[in-house]
Amino acid sequence: MSVHSEPGVMEGHLPEGCLLRDRYRVLGLLAVGGMSAVYKAQDLRFPNVRRICAVKEMVNSADSPETRAIALRNFERETSILASLSHPGIVQIYNCFTEGKRSYVVLEFVQGKDLETVLSETRGFLSEGQVVNWALQICAVLEYLHSHEPRPIVFRDIKPSNLMLDNHGQIRLIDFGIAKVFNTGEKGTMIGTEGYSPPEQYRGVADPRVDIYALGATLHHLLTKRDPRTEPPFTFDTCPIQEANPSVSLELVKVVHRALEYDVDDRYLSAAEMGRALTNLPSAGSSKATVRLETPTDHLNGVTPLWRFASEDEIRSSPAVDNRTLYVGAYDHNLYALDAETGEFLWKYPTGGGIASSPCVYEGIALFGSVDHALYAVDADTGRVRWTCPTQGKVWSSPRAAFGHVFFGSDDRHLYAVNVQGGRVAWKFEADGKVRSSPAVGEEAIYVGCEAGTLYAVDMSGNTRWRFRARRGVTSSPALAREMVYVGGRDRYVYGVDAQSGWLIWRYRTGGPVISSPTVDDKVVFIGSADGHLYALDAETGRLVWRHATGSQVTSSPVVFNDSVYFGSVDGYVHSLDTQTGDLRWRFQTGGQVTSSPTAAHGLIYIGSSDRYVYALPA
Amino acid sequence: MGFLRNWLRGPDPPAAGTAAAAGQRRPPAPSGLDVGWATDVGTIRDHNEDSVLVMSAAQEGDDRQPPFGLFIVADGMGGHRAGEAASSLAARVAAHHITRRCYLPALIRTESDAYQPSLNEILVDAVLAADDAVSQHVRGGGTTLTCALVLGSQAYIAHVGDSRACLLNETRLEQITHDHTLVERLVENGQLTAEEAASHPQKNVLYRAVGQGSPLEVDTHVRRIPHGNHLMLCSDGLWNVVSNADITRLIQEAPTLHAACQNLVAAANTAGGPDNITVILWRSPPG
Repeated sequence: MSVHSEPGVMEGHLPEGCLLRDRYRVLGLLAVGGMSAVYKAQDLRFPNVRRICAVKEMVNSADSPETRAIALRNFERETSILASLSHPGIVQIYNCFTEGKRSYVVLEFVQGKDLETVLSETRGFLSEGQVVNWALQICAVLEYLHSHEPRPIVFRDIKPSNLMLDNHGQIRLIDFGIAKVFNTGEKGTMIGTEGYSPPEQYRGVADPRVDIYALGATLHHLLTKRDPRTEPPFTFDTCPIQEANPSVSLELVKVVHRALEYDVDDRYLSAAEMGRALTNLPSAGSSKATVRLETPTDHLNGVTPLWRFASEDEIRSSPAVDNRTLYVGAYDHNLYALDAETGEFLWKYPTGGGIASSPCVYEGIALFGSVDHALYAVDADTGRVRWTCPTQGKVWSSPRAAFGHVFFGSDDRHLYAVNVQGGRVAWKFEADGKVRSSPAVGEEAIYVGCEAGTLYAVDMSGNTRWRFRARRGVTSSPALAREMVYVGGRDRYVYGVDAQSGWLIWRYRTGGPVISSPTVDDKVVFIGSADGHLYALDAETGRLVWRHATGSQVTSSPVVFNDSVYFGSVDGYVHSLDTQTGDLRWRFQTGGQVTSSPTAAHGLIYIGSSDRYVYALPA
Repeated sequence: MGFLRNWLRGPDPPAAGTAAAAGQRRPPAPSGLDVGWATDVGTIRDHNEDSVLVMSAAQEGDDRQPPFGLFIVADGMGGHRAGEAASSLAARVAAHHITRRCYLPALIRTESDAYQPSLNEILVDAVLAADDAVSQHVRGGGTTLTCALVLGSQAYIAHVGDSRACLLNETRLEQITHDHTLVERLVENGQLTAEEAASHPQKNVLYRAVGQGSPLEVDTHVRRIPHGNHLMLCSDGLWNVVSNADITRLIQEAPTLHAACQNLVAAANTAGGPDNITVILWRSPPG
């Protein structure tokens, strides 16, 4: 039990045979600490059976009646929240009550030993398989706690002595720090234990990832038998696991070190993610069957395209759908028009270079750029050219049309505003670098990034309203929602910027350059990163909601349709995830990298691949 | 070439249109911030533990910045005058941090960049700085702290405790912040109904407050306040005794924001005035 040896504070233990609330008969003292004691007791409510429970006694030592009352209410609140939890890895709370200055919690009595005792009784080292099995169980409990609604429960004190191994081999989490509510006001009563707690916990952060770190520290302790409480804090990297215990596999060492990263963003993001990493270890073999962790399975691959259409080269841009027609550009220089329902070829329009720009359709005109330096406007029905707008650089940027004008960027470092019907250039805005980002058009301004790292707000006359400078290029295309501009940077960050002022409201650091463009749906920003993840971030605060790992870079821009988010990955798959949880719904394998972004229309998802095909998939 | 013209304006600005009535050319309507506030000890307590801080700045000219407003309500607690010391210190430290890190740099910069802390980071750090200061300097004191930074029509809010930030449109009052009270937590967990909570004897017991020496988690919110709508910050001395419907009505009916604040305080006192009452009202300017 988590008790501290502070002699003399707790006086007058309950004698054997003493009766609490006319219901719990004390059978003996199990453990004792500074301000608390734990008794073994029998519940007399069930006269025909011998029902044993553990009774934790805490002394409310606050001086003033007010503080005592606050502590008492905190106690009742904490216990009632914990009493609502139900998981095989969590000790059940049966009851709680207060008598004078003493408060009691009646808990399930667990037959077994805590891991600190197990460790001290083990000669030599614990086996890797054993430790991994426990770690998987702990991950499952943490996943349960961290996904608690309305807000996650962070345990904050994972360590061997708080992990009970019961007689069935099940790890049980004990001691939710209920006792600490009676220590309010005492300085230095941080919840947690030095050695096991991460640096940010000292600053008062209660993010679920503090539990990931503490689990890493616990595993380090279990594997090396080196007690982190006796070492200087945060020095795990100076104490290599394999030096202490050469039998530990390098794969497990990597998992433990990832959990112990100093910087919280470098750790596993969730217990589920850490659990998946542990499941994949060779030493996890025997325990896979007993632990339920969500992993992608083959039945998720059973998606069949309604049709697919082959171009002559890679398709990297997004398709656009207008009425019954799908438009898509290919590296074979052509813009294709297909029947969106059947995939039947309607017409194609050849340009002088590859098309990486996604078309847009406006007032019966299909608009798209080409690396031959021009923007093309062709009749959406017939494919006959209406006009072209030459620039001095390649056009990778995808045009956006509004207010009778089309806006797009060029490698000649300009953002163009061109009249859609006549093709006349209304104005050119000069940026610091090549404009490969596609503009977002709002009511009052146009937002676009450039390769020199500047994000601009340009008014409808082509004058700068504000500039925001990222640390590296902004290739990602901004999304405008809730009076904010969201965009990714090659500097690895996702930014949330005030649309009126350009002030930075929040930023979130991913593990790789963010080329993908965000999409905003229901207060959540979805965006991919070259670190291989799709991220879901809270649009107001930038806090991580979830992230999902794919096999390679995610430069494709996600799209949300119904309750799913769709995107491609360089791993060759089109992925469909649950927007709420980030769980994989299905994935579809193409024959090449998927950097194209999906488009949703008519209940279908349209997307291209570097295998030359454009696919129509059932949503 | 433009030049900077800054001014701080009091809570009750002169009525626009006086000049027009005198037959002179009508000056451009002020595009600054329209704000009122009031604080009162109530009828039962003998001293006011609430603190209020209002800053408003506007600037016209080339490279115009959006109007800036900083509104803070803090409701202190603790014996021996520790309550008012805690709320006042928390409000001042938070305001100092926010102006120094956010407003002053913006006055002389031409673009924002990724090398500066984000607004959310600044707001959270401001509340943590207030938490540090109160823990260090006010023994036995604690306070709620609700800070609203307004830029143009966007409100950025950092919040701990059970003072409230609310958005008022033509018809209803929407609570933006969550009360960090035990009872509210029980409601969120489905263990109490809203009706049970309203009459719960311990409805004002906080589980999160500034200066309590425990790890502090700060909530942040971003809200656009549409033109003509109001942002209201208030202590529980108001919302505990005056209904949302009455608050809405009193604000709609008052001729000025200052009068609205006075009327809200009066309504709380008429309802018994059991606690200190503080309210700040801001009206979003034309876009």
